[in-house]
Amino acid sequence: MSEDINGKNKGSLTRRKFLAGLTAGAAALALPAGNADAYMVEEYFRQHFKRLSKDDLKDILKKMEDELSFKYGKKITVKATPPMDDVVFGYALDLSRCIGCRRCIYACVKENNLSRNPQIHWIKVLEFEKENKKWQSLEHTNRYYNPETVPEEGRYYVPVQCQQCKNPPCVKVCPVRATWKEPDGIVVVDYNWCIGCRFCMAACPYGARNFNWGRPYVPKEEINPNMHYLGNRPQYKGTVGKCTFCIQRSRVGRYTACVEICPVGARKFGNLLDPKSEIRYILEHLKVFRLKEDLNTNPKFFYFFSLGRPVKR
Amino acid sequence: MLIDAINGIIRTITKGSKAYKIWVGVLLLLAAIGISFVVKQASEGLIVTNMRNQVSWGWYIANFTFLVGVAAAAVVLVIPYYVYKYKPIGNIVLIGEVMAVAAVSMCLMFILLDMGSPERFWHLIPGLGIFNFPQSILTWDVVVLNLYLFLNLFLVIYALARIYAGKSYKTGFIWPFIIFSIPAAISIHTVTAFLYAGLPSRPFWNAAILAPRFIASAFSSGPAFMLIIFQIIRKRTKLEITDESLFKVAELITWAMAFNLFFLIAEIYKEAYSATDHIASLNYLYYGLRGHDRLVPWIWTAVIFNSIAFLILLIPTLRKSFIPLNVACVLIFIGVYIEKGIGLVFPGFIPGTLGEIYEYFPNSLELWISVGVWSIGLLIFTLFAKVAIAIKTGEIGHANPAEH
Repeated sequence: MSEDINGKNKGSLTRRKFLAGLTAGAAALALPAGNADAYMVEEYFRQHFKRLSKDDLKDILKKMEDELSFKYGKKITVKATPPMDDVVFGYALDLSRCIGCRRCIYACVKENNLSRNPQIHWIKVLEFEKENKKWQSLEHTNRYYNPETVPEEGRYYVPVQCQQCKNPPCVKVCPVRATWKEPDGIVVVDYNWCIGCRFCMAACPYGARNFNWGRPYVPKEEINPNMHYLGNRPQYKGTVGKCTFCIQRSRVGRYTACVEICPVGARKFGNLLDPKSEIRYILEHLKVFRLKEDLNTNPKFFYFFSLGRPVKR
Repeated sequence: MLIDAINGIIRTITKGSKAYKIWVGVLLLLAAIGISFVVKQASEGLIVTNMRNQVSWGWYIANFTFLVGVAAAAVVLVIPYYVYKYKPIGNIVLIGEVMAVAAVSMCLMFILLDMGSPERFWHLIPGLGIFNFPQSILTWDVVVLNLYLFLNLFLVIYALARIYAGKSYKTGFIWPFIIFSIPAAISIHTVTAFLYAGLPSRPFWNAAILAPRFIASAFSSGPAFMLIIFQIIRKRTKLEITDESLFKVAELITWAMAFNLFFLIAEIYKEAYSATDHIASLNYLYYGLRGHDRLVPWIWTAVIFNSIAFLILLIPTLRKSFIPLNVACVLIFIGVYIEKGIGLVFPGFIPGTLGEIYEYFPNSLELWISVGVWSIGLLIFTLFAKVAIAIKTGEIGHANPAEH
C-alpha cells in the first residue's frame, strides 16, 4: 500500500484502532487477520448502501476515511450527506454560449477523483457542424475535435453527461439494484455493490455510464479530500461510475464543479422545486429541449439557446 | 452400489482409446492456456480486452448468446421423442440433454468472465444480496438458465440412474418435468433475446423480431452441431443411432433455417425500406459506415454459408446423404456462430448512443480465454457423454439389454 516504511508503520498504528473490532470477525471467518486484510474482508461482506443501519454507515465511513487518508497521505473525509427536503436538482446548458473548451471535463475529473490512467471522463463534449442537415441527431458528431483554438467557425458544441433521468433505463436493468434514483433526483451507484455486468451501459441512451476497465489511478497530490460515499470517492476496478451532479457539493448547497469552471456561464444548476431558482426561470422563459425525448427517459438535464432570443425582463 | 457406480464412472472416464486420450489431453492443455489468460484479466481488469465504454459487451457475451441457443436446441430432440413417441430418436435425447448441460455451463462461465467484479456474485443471491426481480430482465435470465441447467441435470441423471440399476426408464413420474423442459428451453433463448430487445437506446436490438430470430437460429445451429457429434459417437461407441433419426433432425434444421432466413429478410426489409437513422448499425454491419467496415466480410460469410446450407438441406436426396449433410451442418454452425456473436452483439454498439464508431474486435487474449471456455465445455460434454453411453450400453451398471 505504501512504499514508505515510516508511513506504513504509522498507518498500521492509526488503523489498528478502527480495525480492532473487525479482526475478531475476520478471525471467526478463519481468514487472514492482518489489518489491510481485515478491511478487505469487511468491504467484501459489506451490505448494500440502503441496507446499512445508521451506526453501520457511520462506522464504515470512519474506516473508509482512515483507509483513504492512509493511502493518499492526507486527511480525507467521506460523508453520506442525505438529500435535502423539497429539493430536486435540474441542470440547463446554454448551447449558444458553450465554446467547446472542455474545461468542464477536466474540472469534473479533478473534483470527482476520476482515474487519470486510464483516463475516465464523465462529461463528453460533442462537436456539431452547422451545415449538418440534422440538428438533434447525435450521429454525425465528433468527440475528438482538436483545433488550435475553439470555438471554430461553423461549429457548435454539445456537452453530454448523465441526464439524471426521471425514468432512468439504467436503474431498471440493474440486476442487483446497485444504481438507483435518490429523492433529490440524482442517479447514484453504490460502487461497493456494482458487480460490473455493464447492462446499465447498454441501456443508457446518453453514454453517461463509465466502466473502470483498469485499476483507477489518481495521483496522491491531486486527490480531492472532500468525498461522498455515493459520489466522488475513488472508483474501483471493474465497477461503473457516473456523474452525480457533484453530490458532495450539491447536497451542501454548492454548485457542481462543471458549473463553477465554465468560463462562459453556459451551465446552470438549481432546485427544480424552487419557483425562484435560476433553473426554473430558464425553463419558464426560454425554449428548452432535451436529448432523445422519444425514449421517455424524462431527463432533468435541459439544453437551450439564450442568444438571439433576448430574455424578457 | 454407489461405490460401484463411482468406480465405474472413474474407470469409464480414465480409460479409452488413444484418440480419446489425445482429445482429452488437448482440451486440458487449451483449458490451462485459457485459465492463464483469465488470471491476467482478473488481476489487471477487463482493460486487457478490446472492450471499451463505446462497445461495453464483446466476444464473451457473443459466445454466451450463441451458446444459450445451443443449449436450448436440446429441446428439438426432446419434442419428437417424448411427445410423438418417435422411437428412433430415443438414444440421442440423453446426449442432447448432456449437451444442454455442457452448453449452459459454458454460458455461465462466459458471464462470470464478462463481469467486472465476479467475486461479488453473492450480491445476486436472493436473501443474501438483492435480486432485482422482476424489474431487471437480467435476473430473469439468471432464473431460467439455472432452472434449465438443473432440469437437464435432473432428467439425465434420473434416466441414467434408472438404466444403471437395470430398471426400465419409466417416464410417468418425470413426465411433467420433460414437458416443462420444452417451454424452459424456449424461455432461455427468449429471455436472452429480451435482454437486447428491451433496450430502446440500441435501435439495432430494439426489434420485435429478435426473439423469434434467436429461436430459429438456435434450432438450426444447435442440432447441426449435434448431428456431427452423433455421427462421431456412433462411430466410436457402441451406442446405436439410426440414420433415420439423424435425417429427422436434419429435417428440423431445414425448417428452422428457413424461418431464420425469412426473419432476416423481414428485418432487413423493415429497416431498409423505412430508411431512418435506425438503419445505421445494419449499414455498418453489411456495408460499412463512414469508412468503417470491419464486420462486413464476416456477416456476408455468415449469410452465404447459411444460404448454401439451406439450399443443400432443401433437397431431400442431398439431405439424406452424409457428405452434403455434414457440409451443410458445418456451414450452419459457422454461419450462426458469426451471425449470433459478431453480427449481433458488436453492431448493437456501433455507432454508439452518442454516434461514435469504435470498431471493436476481440483481441488474442479474449480469443484464448474463449478457447479455454469451449475446451472446458467440451470436456464436460465428453466425460459426461462417455459415462452416459457406458451406462446406456451396459458397459457399466445393469442396463436391461431389451431397453436399447
